[in-house]
Amino acid sequence: MTNTDQLQTAESRFTRISRSTITAMIPVIGAIVIGGLLLMTLGRNPFVFFGNMIDHGLISSLGRQETLIRMAPLLLIASGLMIAFPAGIWNLGTDGQFVMGGVVVAALGPEMAPHVNGFVLFLTLFVVGFAVGAIWSLVPAILKAWYGINEIISTLMLTFIGLRFSALLVKEYFFDPETTVPQTRVLAVADRLPRMFSSRVHIGLVVGLVAIIAVHFMMRKTAFGLRLQIVGMNPKAAVHAGMKMKPLTIAIFTLSSGFAGLAAAVNVAGVDGVVRAEWNPAIGLLVVPLVFLARFHAASVIAFIAAFAVFQVGGESASRKSDIPNFMVLVMVGLLLIFMALGEYMQLRSSRKHQS
Amino acid sequence: MVTATELTPTAELIGITKKYPGVVANSDIHLSLRPGEVHSLLGENGAGKSTLIGILSGMIQPDAGEIRISGELVRFESPRDALERGIGTVYQHSLLVPTLTVLDNLLLGVDQGWKLGREVATTRLQELATLLDVEIDPSAVVGDLALGQRQQVEIVRALWRGEGVLILDEPTSMLTPQGAEKLAQVVRRLVSKGLAVVFITHKLNEALDLGDRVTVLRRGKIVGEVSPSDMLSKDRKAITKEVLQMIFGESTKASNTTVAKHVAKSDEQVFRVDQVLVAGSELHLVLDKVSFALNRGEILGIAGIDGNGQKELAEVLSGQRKVDSGEIQLDGKSIQLLSTAARQALGVRYVTDDRLGEGTVGPLSIALNIVLKRVGEAPFWQRSWIKNNAIREFARVLIKQHDVRTPNELVAISNLSGGNIQKVILARELALNPRVVIYNKPTYGLDSRTAYVVLARIAEQAESGVTTIFISTELSEIVAICHRVAVMYRGQLSEPIDVRPGIELQLGALMTGSTTV
Repeated sequence: MTNTDQLQTAESRFTRISRSTITAMIPVIGAIVIGGLLLMTLGRNPFVFFGNMIDHGLISSLGRQETLIRMAPLLLIASGLMIAFPAGIWNLGTDGQFVMGGVVVAALGPEMAPHVNGFVLFLTLFVVGFAVGAIWSLVPAILKAWYGINEIISTLMLTFIGLRFSALLVKEYFFDPETTVPQTRVLAVADRLPRMFSSRVHIGLVVGLVAIIAVHFMMRKTAFGLRLQIVGMNPKAAVHAGMKMKPLTIAIFTLSSGFAGLAAAVNVAGVDGVVRAEWNPAIGLLVVPLVFLARFHAASVIAFIAAFAVFQVGGESASRKSDIPNFMVLVMVGLLLIFMALGEYMQLRSSRKHQS
Repeated sequence: MVTATELTPTAELIGITKKYPGVVANSDIHLSLRPGEVHSLLGENGAGKSTLIGILSGMIQPDAGEIRISGELVRFESPRDALERGIGTVYQHSLLVPTLTVLDNLLLGVDQGWKLGREVATTRLQELATLLDVEIDPSAVVGDLALGQRQQVEIVRALWRGEGVLILDEPTSMLTPQGAEKLAQVVRRLVSKGLAVVFITHKLNEALDLGDRVTVLRRGKIVGEVSPSDMLSKDRKAITKEVLQMIFGESTKASNTTVAKHVAKSDEQVFRVDQVLVAGSELHLVLDKVSFALNRGEILGIAGIDGNGQKELAEVLSGQRKVDSGEIQLDGKSIQLLSTAARQALGVRYVTDDRLGEGTVGPLSIALNIVLKRVGEAPFWQRSWIKNNAIREFARVLIKQHDVRTPNELVAISNLSGGNIQKVILARELALNPRVVIYNKPTYGLDSRTAYVVLARIAEQAESGVTTIFISTELSEIVAICHRVAVMYRGQLSEPIDVRPGIELQLGALMTGSTTV
C-alpha cells in the first residue's frame, strides 16, 4: 500500500460509511416488507402492526424500558459468545447454561436476602450464576480439551439435560411450599437489583454493557485475547507457538458459559424474582447469528441486540393488538436474520468483485 | 520376461508434459508399459511420480503429449475413463470404507444403475481372487481386515473393469515385511497372466527386487532407465550404484551456489540427544532410539526421504511432541520435559516445514506473526496489555534485517509469497539469542535465489555460534553447508559422518534402505 492508496482510502471513508449504513438498513426494510405482505395475507393491516411495534418497542416510555430490560441478558450471553466463537469453540449450549444458572440463583436469592445487604447478595448471586453456568459446560470442555470431541453436539445435548434437570430441581428441592404451582420462592421486589433513573430498568443493563465492552477489549488488546484468536484461526499454529491448549480450551468454555449463567442471574435477580419448573426463555441460540453478523464488534453487537429487543418487545404487544399469535415476532426476527445474512453475502460478493 | 519387450505396449505415454505455476512436474516423459512386465518407477519426493501416475489414471490432464492404449490414441477426461480402459490404481492411502463389507466397497465403485448386482459382483470378485491367487471373503467388514488383505481388495477394485495396467503407488509403505512378500507374489502372478504393473516406490531394493525394468525420475524428467536385459545380466551391486547415481548424482538446486562453510567449530558440546524413543503404530517406532551430540556452531545435516521420522524428530526436539523415553540435553541439563515455550526461552528454536499450516496465522499481520511465540511477553505486552508500537518497531527492524519484501509490517502474512513468509519465520526464530535451531526443509518450495539466501543465513548463524540441526531431502544442500550428516530411515538415525565430496552415493544408499553400497 503506497501513500496515495492511503489517501484514497481516507477520501472514500464517507462513501464507505454511507454504504455500510445502507447495508444495515436493507435487512430491516426487507423484513418489514415481507412481514407486511405476510400480515396482509393474514388479513391484518401491516401499517397498524408496525406502528404498534415501533410505538411499544421504542417510542412509548414503558416499551422502551422493557426493551432495555430485555437487552441485559442478551448482552451477557453475547459477551460469552464473543469469546467462544472467535476462539473456534461452538458453545451452542447457552440455553442450558442459562436455565441452570437461573434456577440455582432463584433458589439461593430468597434464602440469602434476609441475612445480607444488597451488595453482598447481588455479588454472590452473580458469582454463583456464573459458576453454575460454567460448571454446566465442564463436561463438554473436558471432552473437547482431552479427547477432541465436537462441542456442538455435547453442548446442545447438555441443554436438553439442563432443562429437565432444572425442572426436577424446582419440583423436588427448590419449590416454594406455600404455592400450588411448582416454582421457587419469590425474591421480594425490594431485594431485587436496584433500578436506574426512577425507571423499571435495573442495573443489569449496565452489567451487560460493561461485559460487552470489556470482552471487546480483552479479545483485541490483551495477550489472552490474542491467544484465543490464534487458537480460533489456526490451532496448529497455537500448538507450534507453545500455547497450552487444554487450559485455554477450559478457559474458553468457562468464560463463555459463565456469562450465560450470569445472564440468568441478572434476569432472575433483576426482573423475574422467581423460576417456575419447565422455565426456558430460549434466548441463547437467538443471539448466535447476531454476534456473527456483528463480527464480534462491541458497538455492532449492542446495536443488533437493541434492534432485536425492539422487535421482540414491540412485536409482542403488536401481535396482541392485531390478535395474531406471538409467533409473528419470531417470524419477523427470522426474516430480519435472513436479510442480514443476505446483505452480508452481497457485501462480500461486491467486495470480491471490487478486488478482482 | 525378456520376450515381453517385443510385444505391443499395453499403455504408452508419449511426450507427456505438465506444468504448474513455478514448477514443471513432468517434462517430455516417454514411458511404455508392456504386458507381463513390472515397471518400477523410482524417484525422490517431488520428482514427478505422482503427477505422471495421475495423468495415466485420468486424474490429471496433461498440457502436452498423448496416451496410447494397445496402440490406440485415447484421451482420459476422468479416472472412470482410465478404469474403463483397464487402467486401475491402488493409492498409498486406502480408499475403502472401513465400516462396509468387501462386496459393498466394490459395489460402491461401479455404476450399476439402481440395482446393485450382488450376484454378478460376487462372481467377478471370485474371478479376480482366482487371478490374484488369494482368498477374499466378500462379506468381511473391511475394517476387520489386515492391511495386506485390504490392499488385495484395493487391487481387485482397481482391476474390476478390466485387467490391463495395475498401478501401485508406494504399496509397501503400510505393510509388514510378510505383507510385502505376499504382495510381491500377487504382483508376480499378475504379470505372468499378462498384465502390466507399474510399481512406484522410493525404496531402491524393492524397485530392483520386483521390477523387470526400472525408470528413474528426477525433477520431472526421466534421467535414466535400466532395461530388463541389463537387470538380468548385470551384477546387483553395479545396478544399485548406477541407479543411485541417477537419483542423486548430478547437480541439484544449491550445488552451483557456494555457501561459505566455516571449518573451525568449537569443541564445546551444547546439545545432546540420547536414545530418544517415540512409539508409533504397531509396524515400527516413529523414533527408534535416536542419539547424537552437537558442538557449539556445528551444523548437523539430517538426510532422508520424507516421512521417515524427520518431522517427528524436529517436533520432539522443539517440545511439540512428547518423548516416550530417552533424554535431550542443552548445556548438560535435561530439557525433554520442558514445554515448547520454556525451550524457546532457553534458545531452542524450530523452523517448521509447514509454513502455512502451523508456522504462521494467515489472517494476522506480519508483525503479530513475528511475535507469535512471544505472546504476553515484555516488551511487546506490558501487564498483559498489547504494546502495538513495540511490536511494530521490532517487526520493522527484522523485516529490514531479513529483507522481507512487503509494503509494511501490518500486511496480513497470507498476502506474502512463500519465500517472504519463510524469511518472516526465519526472522522470528533467529531473533533474540538463538542457541540451537532446528530447520526442517527450510528451502522447500522456494525458488533457487531465495533458497540460496536462506542457506547463506543458516551458515552465517552457525558461524556466529548457533548450533544447527538441518533436516533436508536435498543432498546437495546438506553437502553444501553441513559439517556432519546422518540419515533417517524408518525412525532410525544413522551414525553421523563427516561431510566430504562425493558422499552423496553413500547417503543415497542409506536413504533408500539399501546396504549393498
